[in-house]
Amino acid sequence: MSAVLQSLVNQPYKHGFVTDIESDIAPKGLNEEIIRLISAKKNEPEWLLSFRLKAYEKWLTMTAPEWQNVHYPKIDFQDISYYSAPKPKKKLASMDEVDPELLRTFEKLGVPMHERAALAGVAVDVIFDSVSVATTYKQKLAEVGIIFCSISEAVHTHPELIQKYLGSVVPVGDNYFAALNSAVFTDGSFCFIPKGVKCPMDLSTYFRINTEGSGQFERTLIIAEEGASVSYLEGCTAPRFDTNQLHAAVVELIALDNTDIKYSTVQNWYAGDENGVGGIYNFVTKRGLAKGVNSRISWTQVETGSAITWKYPSCILRGDNSVGEFYSVAVTNNYQQADTGTKMIHIGKNTRSTIVSKGITAGHSNSSYRGLVRIAPTAEGARNYSQCDSMLIGDQCGAHTFPYIQVHNNSAKVEHEASTSKIGEDQLFYFSQRGIDAEEAVSMIINGFCKDVFQQLPMEFAVEATKLLSFKLEGSVG
Amino acid sequence: MIIANSHTILSVQGLRASINGTEILKGIDLTVKSGEIHAIMGLNGSGKSTFAKVLAGHSAYEVTGGSIQFADKNLLELPPEERARAGLFLAFQYPIEIPGVANTQFLRLAYNTVQTQRGKEELDPLEFDDFVREKMKLLEMKPDFLDRSVNEGFSGGEKKRNEILQMALLEPKLSILDETDSGLDIDALKIVANGVNRITNKDNATILVTHYQRLLDYIVPDFVHVMQAGRIVMTGGKELALELETRGYDWITANKQPVAGVNA
Repeated sequence: MSAVLQSLVNQPYKHGFVTDIESDIAPKGLNEEIIRLISAKKNEPEWLLSFRLKAYEKWLTMTAPEWQNVHYPKIDFQDISYYSAPKPKKKLASMDEVDPELLRTFEKLGVPMHERAALAGVAVDVIFDSVSVATTYKQKLAEVGIIFCSISEAVHTHPELIQKYLGSVVPVGDNYFAALNSAVFTDGSFCFIPKGVKCPMDLSTYFRINTEGSGQFERTLIIAEEGASVSYLEGCTAPRFDTNQLHAAVVELIALDNTDIKYSTVQNWYAGDENGVGGIYNFVTKRGLAKGVNSRISWTQVETGSAITWKYPSCILRGDNSVGEFYSVAVTNNYQQADTGTKMIHIGKNTRSTIVSKGITAGHSNSSYRGLVRIAPTAEGARNYSQCDSMLIGDQCGAHTFPYIQVHNNSAKVEHEASTSKIGEDQLFYFSQRGIDAEEAVSMIINGFCKDVFQQLPMEFAVEATKLLSFKLEGSVG
Repeated sequence: MIIANSHTILSVQGLRASINGTEILKGIDLTVKSGEIHAIMGLNGSGKSTFAKVLAGHSAYEVTGGSIQFADKNLLELPPEERARAGLFLAFQYPIEIPGVANTQFLRLAYNTVQTQRGKEELDPLEFDDFVREKMKLLEMKPDFLDRSVNEGFSGGEKKRNEILQMALLEPKLSILDETDSGLDIDALKIVANGVNRITNKDNATILVTHYQRLLDYIVPDFVHVMQAGRIVMTGGKELALELETRGYDWITANKQPVAGVNA
């Protein structure tokens, strides 16, 4: 690998600072007492505590999955703090009451927390460690009946919705990490779009892990009633620590008849250093249920951070004519490992799904696409198109594809395409012989490669993603 | 054409280069002046393509001796992109495919980079579109070619035409055409040759690297050099190419004649 390429990929992580803020941290360890403590801290109703305890019971009987193509030392779940909140935690009447240190943190990260400063007109819910610190544009959204707040708040203000839908797409015992999340989740975003409402602005949640040794277990629940539509964005960063931090989130989407939910993520957790020390372990369960007819759920993700990524945003296409989409760019460098993909479960008639997965692998990293397309016997006329492309940068990295296709209905049509390419010395030489330097060449090649996914992202996000990728891969080609 | 008052564009002296420790170029001397067309011929493995790549600065090759002066610059001190910006152009034997990058985007970036270097205005996408379409006529290229990914799925002929199009856009001082005739049928060869002939003038120079005399029927060289085992072993006029065509290369080795002509 040439020196130019080396320096191109290996730029420092710029979100790696720690905010000096006093936190209320629960003692390390996981047991029933801790779960009761979290529930009590959040002043939760009895039904939620029993939801947690049920999940914990379940989790105790489960073992961590080992089928994924990632390798890491066993996680010591007793060495993690399951609750960390910035102090003082009092009810905030407006943005102006937010701790200035927090405001500065998010300013540094480029997250608009002041409504007046939010040029893009994006409503933001900000989660710092375990709690939601602020939600913007709440009032304005409430005027059209949209509920957008932290999930802990919704537990108190809209318990009937939470009780009805929480765990309805991802049951407490769905998988090891979902069970863990269900037991200890601390906060997250809640969003409800009532009948016939098209959400007038993009909704966004920004996650930040700050405290060393704490885990982040957030829970997001989005409900779109008949005829509603919403575009939701999620961003994440974390400071640079030498220890690994666990992030195990659960996201549930519920789409009723004729709805449209678009969920976009730019994941930029700390990925560890060039020797693979530190970084976030990202074990996330994201699933959308297209419950109603003609509904559409679209996942777009740009995964650049995390030491380990284990994540399969999925769609259960139950309603007839419902549509599921998954557009993904996963970038790994240094010693990062990613095992990511999707599941498209076709149950309703004439359901359609599209999967476009782009993996970019550099350094000593390893990236796997793992996807399931299941056509149930009931899914008359179902269609799926999958495309998995991998791009290798350098000769120390690995890209793998694990497609699982299960078709139980003869009228279904399933297509799968895959390709592997490489940014090599010769490609870069070609660019440089035309006067174009390596940095520009790499960014042009990568953007060309990711085009199909980037064009699915909302405008500002697409710009951010493009920048993030060039930044991430600066110096890695060769 | 050999012209009076020409100036030296390229001066190579005692150039030695190796790849993975194996020496391929074993002392090359060559002087190219403005207005001239040079052909470098030789068998496979004689070092012709290596010479072309070393001139362009390919990082796989290590220069172990000698010097290369390009106009007023010491070429060996420049990275490949700066050589290109200074006006050195290599038409590749095997043009590289770049999936996902539209040809027009690539051409415009290359063009604007070189323009900026020359202190000239960049062209925006619309202006560039007009400009490039004009140049494409020269090579009888279809407009849809602009929207396709760089060289991806191009036929051999289309790839070579794309190289010459880039040469036309970038207006280099020195163009090195590495086996541009290989893989071309006779019609495509004529189009490409015609394109090259329209670009060459008294201020620039061209080096044609080729196996066969065929290309030289259409692009007539002022000098023909024969390479063997990493050296230029014979230099003559265009008639030398014809002689090689009928007699092959063996006779050169058999009765090596002194290198004549253009070398300093």
